[in-house]
Order: sequence, then C-alpha cells, then structure tokens
Amino acid sequence: MAKLTFVGGIHPYDGKELSKDKPIKEVLPKGDLVYPLSQHIGAPATPVVAKGDRVLTGQKIAEASGFVSAPIYATVSGTVKAIEPRRVVTGDNVMSIVIENDGEYEEVEYSPVESAEQLSKEEIIGRVKEAGVVGMGGAGFPTFIKLSPKEPEKIDYVIANCAECEPYLTSDYRRMLEEPEKLIEGLKIMLRLFDNARGILAVEDNKPDCIELLKTLTKDETRISVKALKTKYPQGAERQLIYATTGRSINSKMLPADAGCVVNNVDTIVAIYHAVMLGKPLMNRIVTVTGDAIADPRNFIVRIGTNYHELVEEAGGFKEKPVKIVSGGPMMGFGIFDLDVPTTKTASALLCLTQDDVSKMEPSACINCGKCVEVCPGRVLPRKLADFAEHYDEEAFLSYNGMECCECGCCSFVCPAKRPLTQTIKSMRKMQLAKRGKKPAPKDDGKKAKA
Amino acid sequence: MSDLMKVSSNPHVRSKVTTSSIMLAVVIALLPAAGFGIYNFGIDALILIAVTVASTVLTELAYEKLMNKKVTIGDYSAVVTGLLLALNLPSTAPWWIGVIGGVFAILVVKMLFGGLGQNFMNPALAARCFLLISFTSIMTNFECDTYTGATPLAAIKSGESVDILSMVIGKTSGTIGETSMIAIVLGACFLILLGVIDLRIPGSYIVSFVLFVGLFGGHGFDPAYISAQIAGGGLMLGAFFMATDYVTRPITKNGQYLFGILLGVLTGIFRIFGPSSEGVSYAIIIGNLLVPLIEKITLPKAFGMKGGRRA
Repeated sequence: MAKLTFVGGIHPYDGKELSKDKPIKEVLPKGDLVYPLSQHIGAPATPVVAKGDRVLTGQKIAEASGFVSAPIYATVSGTVKAIEPRRVVTGDNVMSIVIENDGEYEEVEYSPVESAEQLSKEEIIGRVKEAGVVGMGGAGFPTFIKLSPKEPEKIDYVIANCAECEPYLTSDYRRMLEEPEKLIEGLKIMLRLFDNARGILAVEDNKPDCIELLKTLTKDETRISVKALKTKYPQGAERQLIYATTGRSINSKMLPADAGCVVNNVDTIVAIYHAVMLGKPLMNRIVTVTGDAIADPRNFIVRIGTNYHELVEEAGGFKEKPVKIVSGGPMMGFGIFDLDVPTTKTASALLCLTQDDVSKMEPSACINCGKCVEVCPGRVLPRKLADFAEHYDEEAFLSYNGMECCECGCCSFVCPAKRPLTQTIKSMRKMQLAKRGKKPAPKDDGKKAKA
Repeated sequence: MSDLMKVSSNPHVRSKVTTSSIMLAVVIALLPAAGFGIYNFGIDALILIAVTVASTVLTELAYEKLMNKKVTIGDYSAVVTGLLLALNLPSTAPWWIGVIGGVFAILVVKMLFGGLGQNFMNPALAARCFLLISFTSIMTNFECDTYTGATPLAAIKSGESVDILSMVIGKTSGTIGETSMIAIVLGACFLILLGVIDLRIPGSYIVSFVLFVGLFGGHGFDPAYISAQIAGGGLMLGAFFMATDYVTRPITKNGQYLFGILLGVLTGIFRIFGPSSEGVSYAIIIGNLLVPLIEKITLPKAFGMKGGRRA
C-alpha cells in the first residue's frame, strides 16, 4: 500500500534527536503565574476572582464568556496578585490574572468517575467544556464545540493527530511512549460520542516505536486502528491529515465535520481523558524546551501560567547565547523578543536557536522557480499571491484562491530567493478577514500543524 | 534578559538552496556541452565563450553601477545567460558577435525590463534571434576547419542522409553547444537529480515534437529520421536548458505541460514548413510570450475545492 500522505510539503531538518530520548520531567513553578484571559480562539474569559483572593490548585479563576470561549483554572494555590495586561507570546498585551504561588499546591476536590460508560453523551461534552479544554496543537479552539457537531451520527472518523510533523517537537512522542493508555482511553471516550465512527491514531513513520506500541495496545479494539503516515511537513495540518488518512479533502471554508471527521491532537485527547475520567480541568501541558542554545533539551510537564524563564532554567540554561527564541515549532511558532512571557494552553515548545536563518538571509528578486508551487499543500500559487498582496490587488488575490492558504510556511522555507512569502500572504489574508468583519474561521487549519 | 531576540513571522527556518546555488548548478550542468564544443571546434569556441560570458557579466555590472543599483552579478544568472548564448553561436562567429549579443541579452532583454526575474523572454535566445536577423550570414556560417558541410538538419532538409551516431556524440557541425546530445543529456541529468529542473517541459516538448514530425514530416515514424530530428539542431539544448528557464516558463504544473506541447508543435512547424531547418529558438521565444495566457488558463484547483475525493 502506498504511504498515506498529501501532495506538496517539505522535509526540513527535524532536530527531534535533541530531546526525544529523555523522559518527561515535571516542573514546579517558583515565581508568579500569569494566566492570559485569551488563550483560545473566541471571546476572552471573564475573571471570577478579585485581587487579594486566595485560590486553590484546580479552582476556576475565569469563566467562559459566550459560546466560543473557555474557562481558565488556577494551576497552583496562592493569592491573586493582580488582574492586569501582560505580554504574551504574540507580543500583544493581554488582560491576565497574576497569581502569587504559595508553594503548597493545595488542591480542590475533583469528581472522578469509574468509567465513561456511566456518563451520558451530554455529560461527557459538559465535562470537557467545563474543564476548559481547547485544541492544544496551537489553535486553541474550544474542544467541546468540535465534539458537538450538528449531526454526530454522520461522523465516520475520529482522528487522533499524532503526526507531530513540526520540527524539533517531541512532546507528543514522549506522551505516546509514556502514557499511551491515556491517549487510547481518551480516543475511546470520543468514540462514545459518535456511534458510527471509527478511531484512527495517525502517526508519522519517523516514530516506529510509537506505531508498534499503539498497535499492540489497540489490537483488541475493533473500532480503533493505527495508521502510519509518511514523514513530511505539514502532515499534521488538519486538512492534510484528513486527506492522508481518509482520502477526503476539505477547503478552508469547510469544517472537518463536513468530511465526517473530528480531529484532535495528542495532548488535547489526554486533556479530554483527564476532564472526563478524573474530573480535572486543563491545568498542565507538555512543553518541549529545545534548540542548539539549550544545555539540556527535553520535555517538561508544565503548569500553565509558568514563566518561560523557569523552563529555560530547568533545562540547564543556555549553553550558548540564543539569537532567536520561538514559542512553538520553527515552522508555525511565534518569534518572541524575550523570555518574560507565560506558558499558555497552546504553548507546545520553546525553541532557542543560536542562529537566525531569517535575518541572516536577505530576500532577493523572485526567479519564478516554482518551488513554492511544488510544496504548497493548499495547491495555490504562493509566488503570485505574494505579488498580489504586495500590490494590494484584492481582486486577483481572491480569485487566485488566496484565502485557501493555510500559512504553513512551506513556501517561505523553500524559496531560494529567501522571500517572506508566507508572511506577505498572511498579512493580506488577515486584512481580508478583518474586512469581512469575521474572525478567522472557527477551526484549526494549518495552525494545527504542530501536532 | 537585557538584549532582545530577533523576531520575525513564521517560518523561522529556511532551506539552504539559494538563487546563486541554483544558477551555479546550471553553469556546472552546461560545462559538458561547453567542453565538448571546445573539443569539437577548437580554441575559437573557447575564446567566443569567454568573450560572451564576460560581456553579459560586465554589462550587468556596468548597468547596476551606473544606475546605483545593488550589484547582482554574484547570483551567477548573467553567467548562465552568457554561457547559453555562447553555446548558441557558431564557432566561426567573430568575437564582437559575442559582445553585441551579450549586451543585447542583458541590457535590452533583462535589465531594461527590471532585472532578474522580470524579463519576458529568455535573454540568451532573444539575443540569438536578434543576431540571427541582424547578421544572418555570420550566424549561419558553420564552415570551420573541422567541418565543411551543412548541419545535419540542413542535410536532412535537402534530402541527404546523416550519420546518427556522430550526431548523438556530437561530431557534426552546428553551434558550439548544440551538437552533442550526450553532453547535454549528461548536464540535464545532473539538474534533474538536484531537483533544479524536472521533466515536465522537456518531456512534453520532445514527445509532442516527435509526434508532430512523425505525422507531418513526410517520413512517417522512420526511426532514423526521428532520431536525427531529436539529436539535430538546438532541440536538446533548448528543451533541457532554455525552455526550462524559470523566469520565462509557466509556473503552474499543467501550464508547463501545455507550454512543452506548444513548443513541440511550433518547432515542428518551423522545421518542416519553414524556410530554415532550425526552429527551436523562435519556438521558445514565442512560447515565452504566451506564458501569461497559459498561466491564466491553467490555474490549479486549490486543495479541497469542490470537495474532490482521492480515488
């Protein structure tokens, strides 16, 4: 059988060997924890605590405001120090709750269940919603909405996105090796919601040990199969993943549910497991701290809100001076100008590099080589779109399917003239979306590419 | 942390392939053909190649200096143009032909239209056609010390027989770089292996050309006639090195097939029905002019449009 994949894509240096063989380590925060009220797509959460309040680990500190939104929970016990704007990875200042850690980790009571069988479908979705679970691959779309499509009986596949195609990232890999049963149980919980669906664990074939392990553990599960995908970026982008595993293709205006699919990444599924089985809200995530500037690159289980400085310290500090620091992977992550920002629900990695390809290489004239067209998974013409964007030719940009770009970054990566194609196209897309008065379509697109 | 990091939009990594590394690869790929030309035609060929390359590079340098623009000769694109132009000249041409051709290619066809990436036709071919029209007798004089007869294609056109083997090796008369099919294919394989070019355009060009001459050439699909048509003239050099010129070929995949077919048909028409036995240069520059239209009608369907399903 031909390998499962899609048309286009690239093979960048993957840097996974830096951190893949070291077990996940827990980090206990020392300093203050910062919780931006907007760590998901949709309306920012509304604080339910005030300055001076004492909070416990697992206590709700902000509630969802509106349908597309998610609550936020304290991940340590301590005192609310301030509710004020703080800088986040995107460089914006976002209203945040600041909690002073008392170091006691006093927890609230959770309400675990023996088995998901005793819960109704509505209760399962309710628990996921209440726990504040969002897409942890990067987009941060509230998960309960994905789990409640209009016609649940029309969902044929529930896909666990275990591709982890983004270079350097190994958090999903470690999670699959160390806690595969949580992933599988989480997938089974999702399958309970969709009576006609089959579960797919979609793993890139650069992780043969995970594929073997998951196959062994699911050999008696009739509804679950493990599928090996060709290793290629952006294999884990939602639309490319659906195509590779099911042969169905959707455009940017469609939702996975339109192709009968529900897709969630590894950490999100584990969070679903915690929410449903243990009644625990989303409080931590795995972050890969890596790059050639880091002394001891590895994965950490991090309490959300922990400052990035502390993660670097835990990883042995810098062995060389970093020039560029990225929150997330090198393809889709955000460049940050200093480390003083908090970990959020969607912070998959902290990548510290001693050289910056982007500023080192100066853009020159396009030679029309067509490499961007070859690699574009959206099958558009990046070179033309960037041209139209530069000249603000809206009509041409839209008629050449500019809005179908998923911002995966493949075109900028391959461009021999080092033109910032993705950036140019992205800016134009943002302007068009703003003009339509619409928020970015409520789904993950390429932003999910990390997983 | 006191000093701030560099920030930029994603992605934060770039491939190692650059414009100059691509152009350098093309230069290397042209060396077998150039080397064989020098072996075949002697020192005259070497001098002409050197003068033409110097002319293209110095023209670009002088223009950019005079216009206070950033000097871009380091990207090797002017070297590629000069080399291609030289390989399309007869070894008997005087040195000033190379100089005029080089100036025309770079100044008129490339720089005046905005420099690298902006020219609407292949500079080397446009210069060759300009020279062919302006200095017809010089440009069609293939009588040198080694060869006194007509080029193989001219011989076929007038009904004489040709030796296929010497055409494949390149021991015939013609322009400096076009005679040896082996040397050209060797260079082309190098570029294909490096991923600089692919077979879409050369493949569809050669296949459609073969079909056309088979149908209309008056010799049917006679193997000797067909192979002579393939190995003869500028077809191989044109198909692998000039029709594939990034700037002047369509960027869409389907457009590239269409472009190749168009060139095949045009070359066939010029060779069979035209007054000259050659036709590759004119076919390619006419094809270049049609590129915007070809791109317009071959716009690809974006991923997931119309909800197509994989078979």
